[in-house]
Amino acid sequence: MSTDLQSRTAARPAKRAPKPTGPWRSNIGLKIAMAVSGVLLVLFIIVHMAGNLHVFEGREEMNAYAHGLRTLGEPLLPHETVLWVLRVGLIVLAAVHIWSAVVLTRRSLAARPVRYHSRKPAKGESRHAVATMRWGAAVLVLFVAWHLLDLTFRTVNPVKDVPDAYGAVVATFSPERWPVTVFYLLALVALGFHLRHGVWSAVQTIAGPDTKWRKRTQAVALAVALVVVVGFAIVPLSVTFGLVK
Amino acid sequence: MSIDYYREGEPVADTKAPAGPIEERWEKRRFSGRLVNPANRRKLRVIVVGTGLAGASAAATLGELGYRVANYCFQDSARRAHSIAAQGGINAAKNYRNDGDSVHRLFYDTVKGGDFRSRESNVHRLAEVSTEIIDQCVAQGVPFAREYGGLLDNRSFGGAQVSRTFYARGQTGQQLLLGAYQALQRQVAAGTVDLHTRHEMLELVIADGKARGIVVRDLVTGEISTEIADAVVLATGGYGNVFFLSTNAKGCNVTASWRAHRKGAYFANPCYTQIHPTCIPQSGDHQSKLTLMSESLRNDGRVWVPKAKGDQRHPADIPEDERDYYLERRYPAFGNLVPRDIASRAAKVVCDEGHGVGPGGLGVYLDFADAIARLGKPAVEAKYGNLFDMYERITGENPYERPMRIYPAVHYTMGGLWVDYDLSSNIPGLFVTGEANFSDHGANRLGASALMQGLSDGYFVLPNTISDYLADGPFEALDETHEAVVAARKEVDDRIAFFLNNDGDRTVDSFHRELGKIMWEYCGMERTDEGLRKAIGLIRDLKAEFYKRVKVTGKAEELNQQLEKAGRVADFFELGELMCIDALHRTESCGGHFRAESQTEDGEAKRDDDRFSYVAAWEYGEDAPVLHKEALVFEYVKPTQRSYK
Amino acid sequence: MKLKLRIWRQSSADAKGRMVSYELDDVSEDASFLEMLDVLNERLIAEGDDPVAFDHDCREGICGACSLVIDGQPHGPQAATTTCQLHMRKFKDGDSIDIEPWRAGAFPVIKDLVVDRSAFDRIIQAGGYISAPTGTAPDAHAVPIPKQDADAAFSAAACIGCGACVAACPNGSGMLFMGAKVAHLGLTPQGQPERATRVLGMVAAHDEAGFGGCTNTGECAAACPKEIGLDVIGRLNADFRKAAIRAA
Ligand SMILES: Cc1cc2nc3c(=O)[nH]c(=O)nc-3n(C[C@H](O)[C@H](O)[C@H](O)COP(=O)(O)OP(=O)(O)OC[C@H]3O[C@@H](n4cnc5c(N)ncnc54)[C@H](O)[C@@H]3O)c2cc1C
Ligand code: HEM
Ligand code: SF4
Ligand code: FES
Repeated sequence: MSTDLQSRTAARPAKRAPKPTGPWRSNIGLKIAMAVSGVLLVLFIIVHMAGNLHVFEGREEMNAYAHGLRTLGEPLLPHETVLWVLRVGLIVLAAVHIWSAVVLTRRSLAARPVRYHSRKPAKGESRHAVATMRWGAAVLVLFVAWHLLDLTFRTVNPVKDVPDAYGAVVATFSPERWPVTVFYLLALVALGFHLRHGVWSAVQTIAGPDTKWRKRTQAVALAVALVVVVGFAIVPLSVTFGLVK
Repeated sequence: MSIDYYREGEPVADTKAPAGPIEERWEKRRFSGRLVNPANRRKLRVIVVGTGLAGASAAATLGELGYRVANYCFQDSARRAHSIAAQGGINAAKNYRNDGDSVHRLFYDTVKGGDFRSRESNVHRLAEVSTEIIDQCVAQGVPFAREYGGLLDNRSFGGAQVSRTFYARGQTGQQLLLGAYQALQRQVAAGTVDLHTRHEMLELVIADGKARGIVVRDLVTGEISTEIADAVVLATGGYGNVFFLSTNAKGCNVTASWRAHRKGAYFANPCYTQIHPTCIPQSGDHQSKLTLMSESLRNDGRVWVPKAKGDQRHPADIPEDERDYYLERRYPAFGNLVPRDIASRAAKVVCDEGHGVGPGGLGVYLDFADAIARLGKPAVEAKYGNLFDMYERITGENPYERPMRIYPAVHYTMGGLWVDYDLSSNIPGLFVTGEANFSDHGANRLGASALMQGLSDGYFVLPNTISDYLADGPFEALDETHEAVVAARKEVDDRIAFFLNNDGDRTVDSFHRELGKIMWEYCGMERTDEGLRKAIGLIRDLKAEFYKRVKVTGKAEELNQQLEKAGRVADFFELGELMCIDALHRTESCGGHFRAESQTEDGEAKRDDDRFSYVAAWEYGEDAPVLHKEALVFEYVKPTQRSYK
Repeated sequence: MKLKLRIWRQSSADAKGRMVSYELDDVSEDASFLEMLDVLNERLIAEGDDPVAFDHDCREGICGACSLVIDGQPHGPQAATTTCQLHMRKFKDGDSIDIEPWRAGAFPVIKDLVVDRSAFDRIIQAGGYISAPTGTAPDAHAVPIPKQDADAAFSAAACIGCGACVAACPNGSGMLFMGAKVAHLGLTPQGQPERATRVLGMVAAHDEAGFGGCTNTGECAAACPKEIGLDVIGRLNADFRKAAIRAA
């Protein structure tokens, strides 16, 4: 009896991965880019999460906060300048992060062209990452797109009035639109896993050997992930369950 | 002895060794040897076969000097040469401990340890160079063990009275080889060395009386090709695998040396074999190799067997007064720390008498119960934890709770191709380094001295001596059509064709195992006139059967591991016979060669300096080998009989 | 004991391979895994079949030649143990065992279970050494090295270059191997002058050979028979960062 594996191993990887040129295009260079952009995104996420909690202070406060963001730096700078600088920064970070992730993922797939016949249970220290990082990233991409259309551009949000951030949040997570909440929570789970591995991984990538504090860094990563997930989740849940109207 | 087995030829002499005070000889030789001008080195090609300590260090150094080097090994990477497996350490006369060590003492210990069967000039040079080796390796980043002050640690090894052994945990050979391998890879990148892995040398090319090249088989594609050069260096290691079971890596073989021998290179002292007392015993017929347990275990373990023959009880159930601590009993002064050959033979004696333990009764206990009681388990674990783990992985028994079982195994071969002071064989242009030559260890090698010799040859001696020969080059160009090349290739092609076409029914391994058993039985720890004669007959018969019945599957033009083995085993047959003849002719006992007929009343080895103070250099002969004697002269160390009572 | 084996058979680099089943009846518990394959091969030859090709040499766990993926795990189920040191008593009577070669784009199969690992040598050629031509060395005691550094360098230097890390890595990455060398040499004073060029050169050679990038999953360290830890990858990353910034 024999089982055919579809593949044969060519002398060279069948799909040549994009050729790296220069240290920053190397596997480690891109990984550093991914880690640095990732860490900055984490900082953004934490600030963003904290901002969202204004919902619990009521419509006035929340909208004032949103307005504050737009008028940051005025009158020294024109309306929304700081916000746009931040937005452009975010876009660049996301672009760097996603681009390096895509290039590295393509190279990784090319580096393992043939799968094992017998699958083993993963044993690695951060074994969940194998399963969660990439599909999680795909969920996050979809989510970010939805999220922008929903709460930034309001294309898919019932409340088109931009200054009414509070209204938009309450409307989108209203009990009858529960699938939106479910999707939001799913994305948060993906983000949680992404950060649980990503934050530690970024430290290992940027900071150097972490023998002494690996356990602690991993604990911090888990804490960051939990705080972010809980901090974000509590807003839509409160709306969906009618605590915030 | 009967003239049938061999003929005696003219004596041979080492014409390159300088005379004069021994401390000045190496310097003198370096000065008298001719040099090659740096610009000319680029025009000179040198082949180095082997990437162990001796080969990698030579290839890297010759490359640094500017020669064009072609380097070969049969493994998939140069880093996997058998030297990687050496555990214990490397000697050097640094006297960092201020415990009275010196170049002269290392020289003295090595000559004495070799049971007065080595050349004083060579050994002295080895001791001189030893200190430079450590400097060189440290500069390469070899992570030797260090003390808290940051300086290098030393230990005493193999019963030496001074601490002169440098080590890197239990992986000294690995770390030294990686240093040499990295230096080699640096030269590969620099373009001075062409490295060919998974290539096996199958023939030597001799043209106009000079070694000019080799025929190699690419082990992946099966392609046969010829490499031509101005000189050939063999650093192909030892031949302990003639015994099938040994502590050597599975691939170790004698083919390169043997092919050179068949082309005229003398093979010296083939019968000198070192048998290591502390190896893990064979567990069954499937056994493919034996594993060495570091000798350091004897510092704390006590060796014993049950007094009653065939006692099958669990060792813990055997009371103290029913145990025979035979080493402590027979050698009260040295006890469990007697030299390797004595400990090995004593184990064989008790097992032959029926006291052995474990499968087949081939084992003795090495017991740590006392050490654990005295030092505590954590201390024993700190010292030997790795070794205990290794033992448990292999045997499934826990040495903290049950004494280890150990038995002697073939470990090292002192014999090898004959070389002069310049490490040149008697064929001009053929140099031999490392375990492959016979040079520095006499009839017995001291622990931690093989690594020293390999690196001394490769880094410091050969690169200095080979220039005297190369100064006459470049030699006339040869091409594929030269009759010597054509003939050598034809020999290789014919041998391969023979094996693949032979209509046989027995595997190569089955022959190798059988040959190994004959060698172990009759040419192992104890040799007798009668046994050796019998062995020669058995080997000849088995060899005839091999050529009739050996079966090799597959094709020539592919990776064919059976074909590789077949060629190696064919050469082992011829070597095995020569080893027995050498052992038969040397009716004395010395070092790793124990003739039962030549022992003192208490069963100790008895040398016969009047008749045997010479190197036996054998020339290949179709009908019978020809013995050339090289007389040994001792000007500095007076031969004495060893005693460890 | 009785065993069912399924072994990857592939007659040459360009041939198509497949898993082939074999049964062995009388395997000794005391045999090593490779000795079990020796027994199978003796039988195959006797039956006129092509024996299974696999790499091995020292059979002591130090040369790094042996390289089998056993039931999906490089070097098999026992931690910190090479294939050649794995013994059959770790299996049960009646077990079926899958045996495959290392799988990685940078390690193409040559035949059956034998792969080409020369890419590792090319990484070393690109800088995995200290330039110390023979004869130029100062006395070994000229530069003391703190014991902790020497010990840490040794632990990294213990790598046997087997490639199990690559075989285990879902990204086919050679970072653990490369990190071990960078850490070993970077921890010695002698390794400092070339520290920056070394890491840049080795990383370029690593990528050029077709190894993938690291995502810090830790599969490599879990498979490593010499227990090389992930910290060497952290060290590699840090050395690389410093060198790349300086080079920019
Ligand atoms: C288990 C063990 C432990 C040891 N421990 C110590 C110790 O602690 N201290 C000590 O001093 N010594 C020790 N020794 C002895 C020492 O390791 C060896 O004697 C020494 O390493 C031999 O080195 P070498 O370079 O001569 O040969 P090797 O390392 O055997 O290298 C031989 C090279 O030749 C190549 N080769 C062989 N034949 C061919 C061919 N036909 N074609 C192409 N290439 C070929 C091989 O590929 C290999 O590269 C130990 C030996 C063993 C077995
Ligand atoms: C939304 C906010 C995001 C944050 C805060 C974030 C953060 C991080 C961090 C810190 C890392 C670790 C870098 C390293 O390996 O050293 C990382 C890795 C990664 N990120 Fe993100 N990321 C985010 C979104 C995304 C998105 C949208 C993608 C989609 C492509 C993505 C894809 C990846 C991938 C593929 C990795 C490497 C995964 C791995 O290690 O296996 N990330 N991320
Ligand atoms: S790091 Fe470990 S698994 Fe990787 S090559 Fe070295 S020893 Fe093998
Ligand atoms: S055969 Fe050498 S490590 Fe397994």
